[in-house]
Amino acid sequence: MKYSAGVDVGSTQTKAVVIDENLKIVGRMLIDTGSDVTKAAEHSYELALEDAGLSAEDVSFVVGTGYGRYKVNFGDTQVTEISCHGRGAIHMFPNTRTVLDMGGQDTKAISLSSSGEIIDFCMNDKCAAGTGRFLGAAANALDIPLPELGPTALKATRPVRISTTCTVFAETEILSWLGKGKKIEDVLMGVHQSISARSIGLLRRVGINEELTFTGGVANNRGMVEVLNQNLGLEMNVSDNSHYMGALGAALFAMDQIVVVKEVLN
Amino acid sequence: MNYVAGIDVGSTYTKAVIMDREGSMIARTILPTGFKLGNVARSVFDAALEQSELGEEEIGYVISTGYGRHQVDFRDVTITDLTAGARGAHYLYPNTRTVLDIGGQTMKASKLNENIKVKSFRLNDKCAAGTGAFLEKTARYMNFSTEEIGALAESSTNEVVISGVCAVFAESEVINQLSIGSSPADIMYGSMVSLVGRSMQLMRRIKMESEYTLVGGIMRFPTMVKTLEENLGEGVNIPEGNMPQFAGAIGAATLALQRLKKLEMKA
Repeated sequence: MKYSAGVDVGSTQTKAVVIDENLKIVGRMLIDTGSDVTKAAEHSYELALEDAGLSAEDVSFVVGTGYGRYKVNFGDTQVTEISCHGRGAIHMFPNTRTVLDMGGQDTKAISLSSSGEIIDFCMNDKCAAGTGRFLGAAANALDIPLPELGPTALKATRPVRISTTCTVFAETEILSWLGKGKKIEDVLMGVHQSISARSIGLLRRVGINEELTFTGGVANNRGMVEVLNQNLGLEMNVSDNSHYMGALGAALFAMDQIVVVKEVLN
Repeated sequence: MNYVAGIDVGSTYTKAVIMDREGSMIARTILPTGFKLGNVARSVFDAALEQSELGEEEIGYVISTGYGRHQVDFRDVTITDLTAGARGAHYLYPNTRTVLDIGGQTMKASKLNENIKVKSFRLNDKCAAGTGAFLEKTARYMNFSTEEIGALAESSTNEVVISGVCAVFAESEVINQLSIGSSPADIMYGSMVSLVGRSMQLMRRIKMESEYTLVGGIMRFPTMVKTLEENLGEGVNIPEGNMPQFAGAIGAATLALQRLKKLEMKA
């Protein structure tokens, strides 16, 4: 059995996935990127290998992706995260035409052709509004762990409207809403609505065609998924591997190389 | 009733100034704003009364300004930050034509005519990267407090280029710079250079003219002023000590004095 791997070094978290020749995920791992990007890449890969019960010699090809992809020293090549997220999404949900990837520091909208090629993409990487960092800021200001943000927001009965765009100023606004006696869930729903509005703006620029697949770390947030579904008027594809979509795409590109080599040898 | 007051409820600090009939400042006080704007306005005013040893009944007119100006329930009227800043700058430097005001959450550039009227202005209160919050965040990422910013930047020997696109993304930039061995002082200076770049853009859009008067809390950092002078290619007016922070409150008080005199004439 041949194996390939993908390592997605994101701004906040680093993900590694190992797949086999049947394109099944056999190992995966997610760790915080921290300040030493090279180390994060190495460490996540070692842990994914451990998860798969394999050693480095078993893996024939490794592709690095994400903003730190050139720091994946053990990688055989690099592929952009746009291509990897598109590839991963198509693999999980073959009818995907649009991908919304929401990560720690950027949000991307990608439109795909029926054959899975990237037609267009658009990203929010100059400003933290509309990215996972906006949620992080809210979690900080409200002193709530990240995983509880979505479920708490869904309890809202009278959501507030967050008027500031800037993440830094939103922290102040959140505290002033609480000072005015608003409930945490109502403020949090406002935060989710604000991010939803920003990302739908991004999606419109590339065109929203069904099916839409939601990837990246924020796809784990049930509140975000529900708010987006409601505002988009459709049901997005979300998988347990949403967070790993970029790494999975990278592993799939790596497997292509193995197949090509095999064909040449035959 | 021989005295007037100006109250400036800013996003970060609230300031109060009391003036006598001759327009001399006899008290000035400052407190962090926090989230109860009405309360802090009251406290800062009480502190100013105490400093001047006056009773509230001796204050003939109160004008409030700043983003929390409507929460000051003891005011007579409110004026905008721009009017207050213009009046304050003119009080301190009568030949002022361009006012640059950088506060905790805003940056404003305004051009004045001979009659202290604001002819044109540009402001940023939408993005933290173009305000004092950018310096505060940069300092915080390196575990320095706001009050340490000035001394830190002054000890810089080398400029580190900080892109200044987003105050949140600056965190990764700062961490990357620290990890390649850049000193906190140089990073702090780099973020000031970036902020000065933003303010030059704002001033160009109002077709700035000399004399320049710098006000707002951020101007209490000498490196900010020096860098601005280098970019402008000429000297600027800069009030001493923490006076730059009081320009808005001073402006409000000078207008309050005008109103008081007008009311007395009518009576």
